[in-house]
Amino acid sequence: MKRIADYLPGILYAFAAIVLAILVSSGIMLLIGNDPLLAFTALFDGAFGSVNSLANTLSMSIPLMFTGLAFSYAMKGGLFNIGGEGQLYIGAFASTVVALALQGAPAVIVMPLAILSGMLAGGLLGGFIGLIKVKLRVHEVIVAIMFNYIAMLLTSYFVNGPLLAEGSMTPQTERIPDAFLFTRILPRTQLTTALYLGLVVAVATYFFFKKTRIGYNIRAVGENPTAAKVSGVNITATTMLAMGLSGSVAALAGITEVFGKHDRFIDGFSPGFGFTGIAVAVLGNNNPFGIIATALLFGALNSGALRMSHAAGISSSMVMVVQGLVILFVATPAITRGIFKAVRVRRLAHGKP
Amino acid sequence: MPSIEMRGITKRFSNVVANDEVTFCVSQGEIHSLLGENGAGKSTLMKVLFGLYKQDEGEIIIDGRRVDIRSPRDAYHLGIGMVHQHFMLVNNMSVLENIILGNEQGNVVIDKQKNREIVQRLSALYNFEVDLDAKISSLSVGMKQRVEILKTLYRGAEMIIFDEPTAVLTPLESSQLLAMLTDMKKQGKTIVFITHKLGETMAVSDKVTVLRGGKLVGTLDTASTTPEELARLMVGREITFDIDKKTKQTGEVVLSVQGVKLMPNSQSTCSFDIRAGEVFGVAGVDGNGQQELEEVVMGLTGCKTGRILLNGKEISSMSVAARRKLKIGYIPSDRFKQAILPRYNLTDNYLLGNQFSDDFVKRGIVSHKFLKKRAGEQMKGFDVRFADDGQSMNSLSGGNQQKFVLSREVGKNPALIVACQPVRGLDINAIQFVRNTLLELRERNKAILLISAELSDLFQLSDRIGVLYKGDLMAVRPAEQYTNESISLLMAGREAGDADETDR
Amino acid sequence: MENLSHILSADMLFMTLRLAIPIGLAAIGGTICERSGIVNLGLEGMMLMGAFGGVLGSHITGNPWLGIVFAVFIAGAMGLIHAVLCIHYRTSQTVSGVGINILAGGLTVVLTRAVWQVDGRSGAVERIPTVTIPGLSDIPALGALFTGQSPYVYLTVAIAVAAWFVFYKTKVGLRLRAIGDHPQAAAAAGVNVKRYRYAAVITSGMLCGLAGAYLSIVHSNMFINDMVAGRGFMALAANIFGGWNPIGSILASIVFAFAQAMRITLALDIPDQFIQMFPYILTLLVLIAAGRKARGPEALGRMED
Repeated sequence: MKRIADYLPGILYAFAAIVLAILVSSGIMLLIGNDPLLAFTALFDGAFGSVNSLANTLSMSIPLMFTGLAFSYAMKGGLFNIGGEGQLYIGAFASTVVALALQGAPAVIVMPLAILSGMLAGGLLGGFIGLIKVKLRVHEVIVAIMFNYIAMLLTSYFVNGPLLAEGSMTPQTERIPDAFLFTRILPRTQLTTALYLGLVVAVATYFFFKKTRIGYNIRAVGENPTAAKVSGVNITATTMLAMGLSGSVAALAGITEVFGKHDRFIDGFSPGFGFTGIAVAVLGNNNPFGIIATALLFGALNSGALRMSHAAGISSSMVMVVQGLVILFVATPAITRGIFKAVRVRRLAHGKP
Repeated sequence: MPSIEMRGITKRFSNVVANDEVTFCVSQGEIHSLLGENGAGKSTLMKVLFGLYKQDEGEIIIDGRRVDIRSPRDAYHLGIGMVHQHFMLVNNMSVLENIILGNEQGNVVIDKQKNREIVQRLSALYNFEVDLDAKISSLSVGMKQRVEILKTLYRGAEMIIFDEPTAVLTPLESSQLLAMLTDMKKQGKTIVFITHKLGETMAVSDKVTVLRGGKLVGTLDTASTTPEELARLMVGREITFDIDKKTKQTGEVVLSVQGVKLMPNSQSTCSFDIRAGEVFGVAGVDGNGQQELEEVVMGLTGCKTGRILLNGKEISSMSVAARRKLKIGYIPSDRFKQAILPRYNLTDNYLLGNQFSDDFVKRGIVSHKFLKKRAGEQMKGFDVRFADDGQSMNSLSGGNQQKFVLSREVGKNPALIVACQPVRGLDINAIQFVRNTLLELRERNKAILLISAELSDLFQLSDRIGVLYKGDLMAVRPAEQYTNESISLLMAGREAGDADETDR
Repeated sequence: MENLSHILSADMLFMTLRLAIPIGLAAIGGTICERSGIVNLGLEGMMLMGAFGGVLGSHITGNPWLGIVFAVFIAGAMGLIHAVLCIHYRTSQTVSGVGINILAGGLTVVLTRAVWQVDGRSGAVERIPTVTIPGLSDIPALGALFTGQSPYVYLTVAIAVAAWFVFYKTKVGLRLRAIGDHPQAAAAAGVNVKRYRYAAVITSGMLCGLAGAYLSIVHSNMFINDMVAGRGFMALAANIFGGWNPIGSILASIVFAFAQAMRITLALDIPDQFIQMFPYILTLLVLIAAGRKARGPEALGRMED
């Protein structure tokens, strides 16, 4: 019972941040002459109203699960991996190349091999950023941002040139053979078994940090690097590992998009999953299950956006506003705390305990 | 009539009383030494005067007028400047820029020429010989200190407070600084310098005020006192052997430190053995190689000269983790920084330093059952007061945190325990508990390396004591062969010969 | 030989200038902000708000010059948000920057839709005209520099020089540089650290506004979704590459812009992506090569006391 109580303050703040973000975005809608109630009802309906929309919500939350979990690996180690975007491109690209190269081989071999290659590529990129961080003391955020662009542009070069699908007008690779793709859970939706992979990785992440020495060492470095060093932890190796694992989980976001939705690598396919993942992890308080919940919430926002747009006559990008506000509010507990306090003071003034 | 008078100053930090009704008077144009051990409240008192802290009680009177000093800015308006122990200098900027920062001549655009002339005049007046265009990062520590002094003079300070000014200087720089202080006095400046060094107090000060444990011991004319008297006033406590420490036979050599150089400019190397069932105490003023000694034994810094043996096996080149596997118990001097994960729970904290032990982690997987059981038993055994092992470390009091660290480090049944400042910041009960634990470990034939700034602890617990000064072991003797005075003098770097004289 | 004359042609020069202006202005903003010790990853979002603000102002007033005022005001407000969060509430500066980028990405689209009823782009608005400076334009060879140029060219040069002057010649500059390196030392010298930081972060937002307005009402005449397209991050790179110095920032922006101009005017055989990668690789190499030496302000990103 104690465990749930432990998480309560975190959950409360997250909830308060969401409420605040919804209130502020409602204010914005009112200002530009839209009906927030109508908009949010439509959004809810669009996200949960039917089996198909529910499937859409789930499917849209998958990449955010991975980027959110990825961010948490670094964050537990006291590192800020803003490079998820680049890592997911590199990872997805490596997987695609492996899958396309091994056409005709049995899927039981190719699929794991492709996925692992992608994770390795993302992991190497993340680990390299970690290495630069410890050895040269260049801040990981700057290096990761540079690599985001380098990775995106590099993959873009390949799918525009050497790997461009024959006769294709848009920059993309050949189609990956069906056998190598994630299976659809529901026909005619984009919901695939990648969802299970996301849940498995979340559970694995939980156990990794809870049960393993390496996970413990990463947490120790993140909480108190000096004490970690004194206890015998190798800071360089642990930092690289945290960033490497972060990179390989981020890669899964790209891999599942390519092997679950697009069936091929398309130039610039990610609408900033890497960055939204940061918001997901921050809102989920770096807890794997919090991240799954937040990813579902953000997935719902994205999947309900179109319905909201039609119904309320507002741009579907309103959900981005909500997400941006959520990240600002949740990163600033002082604001929510101030509001809690103000409410309590008013209650006291009214004589209600 | 004194130019500055601090009356009945009391300053508390949560529950610690740093200054307890201290009265301190400085007259115009004198050099006044503020003497005391670490934690005696010297810096706190001066930070109150400089406006960095606000006193809880008491008043400050300058030239007969009661003043309220709320910030360093106020202090400068009253002509009070301070040279901090940690320099407040911007590394990337030039000497001149650092000096004028915040008080630049010129309206919007800085009038470089005018600034330069003013600073040059000041620099010449005191023979400072500083290159005004040099970058701070290229200067020696002594030069940086001159820049700090120039900063205070540029701001028109009539009285300058120096916080442990020689702590960071080489002997040559120190003597130059002392000469400068005398020069400044000749120019009519008033100097207060915080120190624990008897030699320099005797050499340059006119008056000396001694603080001990946050209380005023007394103010004396330097001319009419002796280093011995000052040492006694500073240390204060009578040596007592009231703890029941049985004499006992010691066993095999457990830790052997052979020819290890602790600090880059120490004159000699350090060698000593600790046997099973022996407490080896290390005395010394903070910053004389204690930190280096604990780090080199634990493997946190490499051992460049000499070697270290544990039970006859060389460990000098082993990693920290490998040494941890050999079960060395380690109580670091700064437990908050070095021994705990503040926001993690007690069970997680118990694993810290044990994560390389096969008992706790099997094939990379933490065995939580064992961890929880062991942690629970040990914490109870060491009387750690906690509600439940899921509570966070920072919810424990300081004393409980230290007991926790003790329980964890002793709980692995080590042959050697490295205990650094184990009673620092604890209340009386906790101190007693820690002391008894260490003696009990001695009974159980453990070898104990005890590094402490508390002389009373060293005397009561140690079989032998080594005194560190600037990284050199000044003396290693059985504890009974020291007196308060002799050890204070050794700690202050006076030759063993001087100390022997006072012994008689 | 022919290539060389192309490189030095007036076309090439103007193309470089045009491409360098928005990056350079935002980079100076980044420099000012980071010199006060606050990391600004929100340059991208602030530029986007500025781009939108410029079009909105021009649309409402019909006067593109007032569009610039709008842009500066709106992006400055984003700067204010970043400042309040980072300085007052001590929010993680990185998270705040990321949040501002996401918020701006959404808000500009929502507002564009609200005003022009379409998703994706605004209607066409009045743009800032080019100017020809009488007299100076008649100078042989150099005359082209003063003929039919956007006033932004002169504005950017003026801002760069002014920023340099403020940084290295004035009290404000000395104090700002001190704050970024050692805020405690500055505070001990009686400098109001918070006030300087607020001013610096808001100024950086305003400069981003100027940069964004260039994209929307000088270079173009409408707002298009995500029209900043990574220039904010490129500006961040230029600030680092330029050594956290206003002149360095401008020069770095010119180097980055030159590479792109070369591709456009010379139709080189190098794939587009590699040219676009150039600024990031260059910045990365500088960071790795200089390692511990090439640092930004020493206290960058750390909130103390």
